[in-house]
Amino acid sequence: MLDDFLVRAMVAGVGVAIVAGPLGCFIVWRRMAYFGDTMSHSALLGVALGFLVNIQPMVGVVVVTMFIALVLISLQQRPWLSSDTLLGILSHSALSLGLVAVGLMAWLRLDLLSYLFGDILAVTRMDILWIYAGGAAILAALLAIWRPLLASTVHEDLARAEGVPAFRVKLIFMLLIALVIALAMKIVGVLLITSLLIIPAATARRFARTPEQMAVIAALIGAVAVVLGLQGSLHLDTPSGPSIVVAAGILFALSLLPFGRPKAT
Amino acid sequence: MEPRADTLIAGEGLSLAYGTQTLLHNVSVSVRAGEIVTVIGPNGAGKSTLIKILLGLVKPDSGHLSRRDGLRIGYVPQRLPIDPVLPLTVAKLMTLTIRRSRGAIAGALAETGVGHLIDAAVQTLSGGELQRVLLARALLADPDLLVLDEPVQGVDFAGETALYQLIGALRDRRGCGVLMVSHDLHMVMAAADRVLCLNRHVCCSGTAEVVGQHPEYIRLFGARAAQALAIYTHHHDHGHGISGNVVPLSGAGDDPEPPSRTRETGP
Repeated sequence: MLDDFLVRAMVAGVGVAIVAGPLGCFIVWRRMAYFGDTMSHSALLGVALGFLVNIQPMVGVVVVTMFIALVLISLQQRPWLSSDTLLGILSHSALSLGLVAVGLMAWLRLDLLSYLFGDILAVTRMDILWIYAGGAAILAALLAIWRPLLASTVHEDLARAEGVPAFRVKLIFMLLIALVIALAMKIVGVLLITSLLIIPAATARRFARTPEQMAVIAALIGAVAVVLGLQGSLHLDTPSGPSIVVAAGILFALSLLPFGRPKAT
Repeated sequence: MEPRADTLIAGEGLSLAYGTQTLLHNVSVSVRAGEIVTVIGPNGAGKSTLIKILLGLVKPDSGHLSRRDGLRIGYVPQRLPIDPVLPLTVAKLMTLTIRRSRGAIAGALAETGVGHLIDAAVQTLSGGELQRVLLARALLADPDLLVLDEPVQGVDFAGETALYQLIGALRDRRGCGVLMVSHDLHMVMAAADRVLCLNRHVCCSGTAEVVGQHPEYIRLFGARAAQALAIYTHHHDHGHGISGNVVPLSGAGDDPEPPSRTRETGP
């Protein structure tokens, strides 16, 4: 079954979407959309670094995106620059630095477009194994920190006053984001990863009454977006990563229509 | 000040500066079991900072903090801004950090008069309802000490009276200590056993009557505030429920009823 490249692509894409949905909910709840974007934009630099020191590009991605996240957290302590501006600076600096690094490594024949926008049709069995093993580990970790993470998302001081190690939980959460970026890079590319995290989560909102429901629904919606996007990409001969994001965007637009029960608030 | 056996929490000589700005200077505060202590002061006086130090969220530069062994604190934060994108019911909010049965949750909500809201979405609550839910949430841990940061924020006038009466009743029933922060003066002061007037340092402290006549207090809040206090240290012959309806009180007086306003929103 996995001999067909399209089936491999679907299996891989659905796997990533199932992991991205629940994580994306926390990104949306914590208003970290741009934060996630900045982390994923730095992933290209991680790839370049991986090739430079001859380690797995995925490891390079996790190291660099985590580093960027830590830099962001420490810079956010400085009150003279708004978070917004900081994210803008880091996001584009990191992306450009990655592009420059790849450009400098003339010996590296890297298909830049496939890293920027994904190359899901080139997914191998090995990639699938990585996605499902890594994805299961990420979901298990998220489940383990679910309650403290949710508590500190609702009100950090309140959670801390009640004994939640909010900072440690936040670091673990960022590590999980870094890992999912590394896994999702091949599917939608570093420029579009955030959309796979955020759009299904936002789409799931109106159908959910609890955080847990929203996480599950987001995973399902993400999976549907992958399947629809890949089908569309095949029939219309359009690039696969962006097609998936377009499908997710259409699902989001549909969720805004006034059908079914009144909007849950 | 020698800590007494029934002292729940005590901070002594607490100081904190941020850069060159002094937030708190040599502040001492303590709460005993069954006592309501209210911290008042103008905006920027360091009230919330003091609370954060007492809760262990912020480390003071100097000073000493002591808590009774095994002290359970129920904390109600000043604000709870919940993004509409987070679907959260009251029951879920109540059990974010502790696990409790639905019966226990319902019991705590009933104790603060909002038992019917257990399945409501948090974002649909009015200011007064949210404060009561948060108060019930704090009660769920069976606290020895309630720490309330601006408990009547976003609550209308009639709701304010009812909330202060509720806080007093909870103290009477449970015997817990209450540490409360406020910037509105008269009603709080009438409800408190001790008042601490804070303006980065402790301006004055004592019973409401003593603080209300203290020159430092009058300088901070003006002479009208001192008169307002006198008006409000009286007894009511009735109270007001969460929707502003008249509810009977034990103990009658002969005062005019406070103007009851229309409720903000309702279930």
